[in-house]
Amino acid sequence: MKLDSRIPSGPIEQAWDKSRFDMKLVNPANKRKFSVIVVGSGLAGGSAAASLGELGYNVKCFCFQDSPRRAHSIAAQGGINAAKNYQNDGDSIYRLFYDTVKGGDFRAREYNVYRLAQNSVNIIDQCVAQGVPFAREYGGALANRSFGGAQVSRTFYARGQTGQQLLLGAYQALEAQVDAGSVKMYTRTEMLDLVIINGKARGIVTRNLVTGQIESHAADAVILATGGYGNVFYLSTNAKGSNCTAIWRAHKRGAAFANPCFTQIHPTCIPVSGDYQSKLTLMSESLRNDGRIWVPLKGGDKRAPSQIPENERDYYLERRYPSFGNLVPRDVASRAAKAVCDEGRGVGETGLGVYLDFADSINRLGRSAIEERYGNLFEMYNRITGEDPYTAPMRIYPAIHYTMGGLWVDYQLMSTIPGMFVLGEANFSDHGANRLGASALMQGLSDGYFVIPYTLGNYLASNKLEKVDTSAPEFAAVTKEVNDLVAQMLSIKGKRTVSSYHRELGKIMWDNCGMGRNAAGLSNAITQIQGLRHEFWNNVNVPGSGEDLNQQLENAGRVADFLELGELMCRDALHRNESCGGHFREEYQTEEGEAMRDDENFQYAAAWEYAGQDTEPILNKEPLAFDYVHPAQRSYK
Amino acid sequence: MKPASMNLTLHVWRQANAAAPGRMERYDAPNVSEDMSFLEMLDVVNEQLISDGKEPIAFEHDCREGICGSCGFMVNGVAHGPQKGTTICQLHMRHFKDGEELFLEPWRATAFPVLKDLVVDRAAFDRIIAAGGYVSVRTGSAPDGNAISVPKEAADIAMDAAACIGCGACVAACPNAAAALFTGAKISHLGTLPQGQAERSRRALRMVEQLSLEQFGSCTNIGECVAACPKQIPLEMIARMNRDHLKAAWTSRGEHRSGGE
Amino acid sequence: MAATGAALYLFVTVHLLGNLQVFLGPDAINHYAAALKSVPEILWGARLGLLACVGLHILTTVQLARINNKARPTAYAKKANSASTAASRTMYLSGPTIAAFIVYHLLHLTVGSAHPQFSETDVYSNMVFGFRVWWVSAAYIIAMALLCTHLRHGVQSMFQSLGFNHPKHSPRIQKFANAVGILYFAGFASMPLAALTGILPPFFERL
Ligand SMILES: Cc1cc2nc3c(=O)[nH]c(=O)nc-3n(C[C@H](O)[C@H](O)[C@H](O)COP(=O)(O)OP(=O)(O)OC[C@H]3O[C@@H](n4cnc5c(N)ncnc54)[C@H](O)[C@@H]3O)c2cc1C
Ligand code: HEM
Ligand code: SF4
Ligand code: FES
Repeated sequence: MKLDSRIPSGPIEQAWDKSRFDMKLVNPANKRKFSVIVVGSGLAGGSAAASLGELGYNVKCFCFQDSPRRAHSIAAQGGINAAKNYQNDGDSIYRLFYDTVKGGDFRAREYNVYRLAQNSVNIIDQCVAQGVPFAREYGGALANRSFGGAQVSRTFYARGQTGQQLLLGAYQALEAQVDAGSVKMYTRTEMLDLVIINGKARGIVTRNLVTGQIESHAADAVILATGGYGNVFYLSTNAKGSNCTAIWRAHKRGAAFANPCFTQIHPTCIPVSGDYQSKLTLMSESLRNDGRIWVPLKGGDKRAPSQIPENERDYYLERRYPSFGNLVPRDVASRAAKAVCDEGRGVGETGLGVYLDFADSINRLGRSAIEERYGNLFEMYNRITGEDPYTAPMRIYPAIHYTMGGLWVDYQLMSTIPGMFVLGEANFSDHGANRLGASALMQGLSDGYFVIPYTLGNYLASNKLEKVDTSAPEFAAVTKEVNDLVAQMLSIKGKRTVSSYHRELGKIMWDNCGMGRNAAGLSNAITQIQGLRHEFWNNVNVPGSGEDLNQQLENAGRVADFLELGELMCRDALHRNESCGGHFREEYQTEEGEAMRDDENFQYAAAWEYAGQDTEPILNKEPLAFDYVHPAQRSYK
Repeated sequence: MKPASMNLTLHVWRQANAAAPGRMERYDAPNVSEDMSFLEMLDVVNEQLISDGKEPIAFEHDCREGICGSCGFMVNGVAHGPQKGTTICQLHMRHFKDGEELFLEPWRATAFPVLKDLVVDRAAFDRIIAAGGYVSVRTGSAPDGNAISVPKEAADIAMDAAACIGCGACVAACPNAAAALFTGAKISHLGTLPQGQAERSRRALRMVEQLSLEQFGSCTNIGECVAACPKQIPLEMIARMNRDHLKAAWTSRGEHRSGGE
Repeated sequence: MAATGAALYLFVTVHLLGNLQVFLGPDAINHYAAALKSVPEILWGARLGLLACVGLHILTTVQLARINNKARPTAYAKKANSASTAASRTMYLSGPTIAAFIVYHLLHLTVGSAHPQFSETDVYSNMVFGFRVWWVSAAYIIAMALLCTHLRHGVQSMFQSLGFNHPKHSPRIQKFANAVGILYFAGFASMPLAALTGILPPFFERL
């Protein structure tokens, strides 16, 4: 497999302008003649579908929820970065670029990141114009807050509901296009496979989740914006429905999967409370602006937090990282929490938790200031735990949150399958081995509003696309495969429920491919997953029929894919003999326990190629060049 | 102190599909931990049903964080259950007592047909937004974000309104099955901001017209919606909608219908 | 509905003030009544206007009820009320009762066919003798209580329908409206009560 990243030549500052100029354009009158499928209605898919519809393309947009507004982007709390420098604190496009490349631990493509930083500025303008109610100062100007991994205040936010407001902006733009007739929305419709004709992506096969109907849709190009695959861990901060099915099935049809093991663990989530636990809830990272993280100095200290005097507390982040303190990047904060818990200093019933304490801030700023900033998060914490974070510190623990890996795409966001583009969290493009807070929203919207409208046009204008409709034999063949798969799952009628497999897979992944990884554990995990997958296909119990709304069947398909993806993640983690960003191999750490990168051997994106069921995948490498930000050990001391 | 674990009896509306008749069925929910969320309690009941060879109860959910608006059904006649300002996915079992009987029913409204068990079709909400719940701004054509200053107070009111998650509890709780709170929230959100002014009249006219096309009921200002709303959208948002609508209806020259292509 | 409701509210206010003149003695109220009747154009204009208001109000109510019944054809097996006032939930009960009352009221004190001792000119005596029958007074008092609950929700609803709701002012308006409701009730109820207890003395006996 040849990986042509199509990175433009010349200085990075002009690269995007230049490549936009070099791209071919579709004549306005001809746009109507092109049809585009957008799978996903989150920030990436929603913004893409709306913008493409507005340009005049014939767009079909799909999501599995009952409304495009419910895509998982809705859950993002903290904010979105942009290099506006409204705070006059020294921010610039270059600094955002620099921070993101460094934050990604030198495993992202520089040119993509630079473009992202450039687009960040337009995103804010666009969203404000759509009526996104960003937080304002009394003077009427936009307000900012700071976020982990940055020393400037560049994060824009709408209370603790930034993702919701940005998504509603994109959703409303999308519905405006639905009203205008340029976008047709297919809700409660799940993409189950990709159809390739003459080497190009030409359509998808879907299941109507209400009627069970398997349907075909043809188009001139297919865009996947189906979000991340963090739910491979079962417990994560992702929505229950978040899945890898679309990208995984596209992977099996030839799209390379890049850096699957790069997953992000978020340091501030509410700890697990019991084995019925169905998901983990994030407490926005922004809390770290005003909360101080600590554990008791001595292990096994079971006193209530208020009984532990100041000198018997260990504010370990402030101690270890004096210049960033509680605002170190996520991977660093998460590992530090795991370390203190491993030492037996964790708090709460399970010992898997650390305190996030607001007492100092409440004393300094007053309760009402804290309430204004974090009121809804505090309420959420109280609802879930029954505890009051105004009077007792929160207990938090890291949880799986984001997947930096995803389908490999070139600079124009096209996958290794011509005509199939991948946007948002579903691709691997911009965050390297670790994502900085508030930059996923930025990436999703940059991809959807400001990149795909150009690069898709370029593809359509520079390729000769024959007329294709769903009567093509390729559609029939894929439809048959999909039907067979559904029928097979329903026919096993074994003894174990779908979610019991999912839980077990999640535990294998968390124990072996989570915050700390090592060769022995990963090899072991691969074997375990293979065994579990085998058992699944022989002993799973999927009740009901395929002809109506069947949530167990939906879930079974997703878990089946996770059972394959999990193995690939472990393989990727096993092959990468270095520690970088969210990928921490215990064998590769400095004496102080910091990640040790190996730039000589691993300065590349690992793009895995599917080689067939139960066959080892093929590794392709895209070497990464760092001409602007020079790799150094990340230091947040 | 109440026991950490309790036994509950559930009466759940079971309906195979939109066309089939439905009925209430009784289930036991034993050993419910008070730290479980309501949906986790149902997960456990469902796992048992599957193991017993029965069909699990279908209910909608996704984020389980109270933000996506997927979840929602009636618990003892109250939308999203007894805790104020809380979606059913965020409701935890510590709010119930050992031995309680709980009646679970889907949202009921002509505009929200039941698809299965506790799952209803809320596509009408999308069509209401499509009828004008947006600001038309071409991608890339926006002025600088700080070009138009927005008073903090306006931004705050807009945000209060925009917090709506589109769950439909307001419709479910309303004796008239009206969607005034949902629609009022969107009209208020956009109508409060300077960016939303150009389309303010057209928006109010078209969205309110869509309300009746979807066969929602008419608001009689009773306030059950506000009590049920997990985001506590205030009744004021309905007044704002009425104000915009009255004003628009009075000044309209009748071109608002020209939506679509 | 808000407009007709408001017009009726206005009428109720004027009507109450007019009626309360009964306490100023027979002359005051009888002169007032005579003055009203002296210009038939105005009298009939007002009557027709009122009739139209009541008619339209009822008509819109019927339309509203039709829409709202269609909007929820299947009732809940269990439904709890969380926030609404009893007044707001009983509008469909208080309204028609008031309508029935109005018919009776017209026959009783305007046309006189439901009044055994009716006089065309002596409004004072019509009221005093009419109210001396205990069940007539009781009917009036109950109807007035219902009218006030109807208005309690009606006023709030009207402001809301007309687009006025402000977190600072609305609670005050509602408090004011509630106080006015109670005052109206007290005002209206005072007349039958006064007649029953003999506080309002008969002007002269008639056969
Ligand atoms: C709790 C939480 C908080 C976060 N907070 C922040 C933050 O503060 N700042 C930040 O920058 N980032 C944050 N993130 C990350 C960020 O929200 C996501 O990375 C981003 O929103 C992903 O957007 P997306 O458009 O790529 O995918 P999504 O929003 O996940 O959308 C996926 C879409 O694809 C559809 N879909 C998926 N599979 C299929 C299929 N097979 N068929 C049809 N449709 C399908 C879904 O229906 C959905 O519409 C947060 C993430 C979480 C979990
Ligand atoms: C004649 C019989 C009457 C009937 C059947 C009736 C019925 C109703 C109903 C069903 C409503 C709307 C319900 C709601 O908003 O919850 C209403 C509203 C109202 N009614 Fe009546 N009513 C009657 C008489 C009156 C009278 C006599 C008055 C005043 C003197 C009055 C004043 C009002 C007002 C102010 C409203 C509020 C209007 C709005 O919100 O738009 N009604 N009525
Ligand atoms: S107004 Fe409240 S109850 Fe109604 S849809 Fe919005 S969030 Fe749900
Ligand atoms: S599941 Fe998302 S709001 Fe309840």
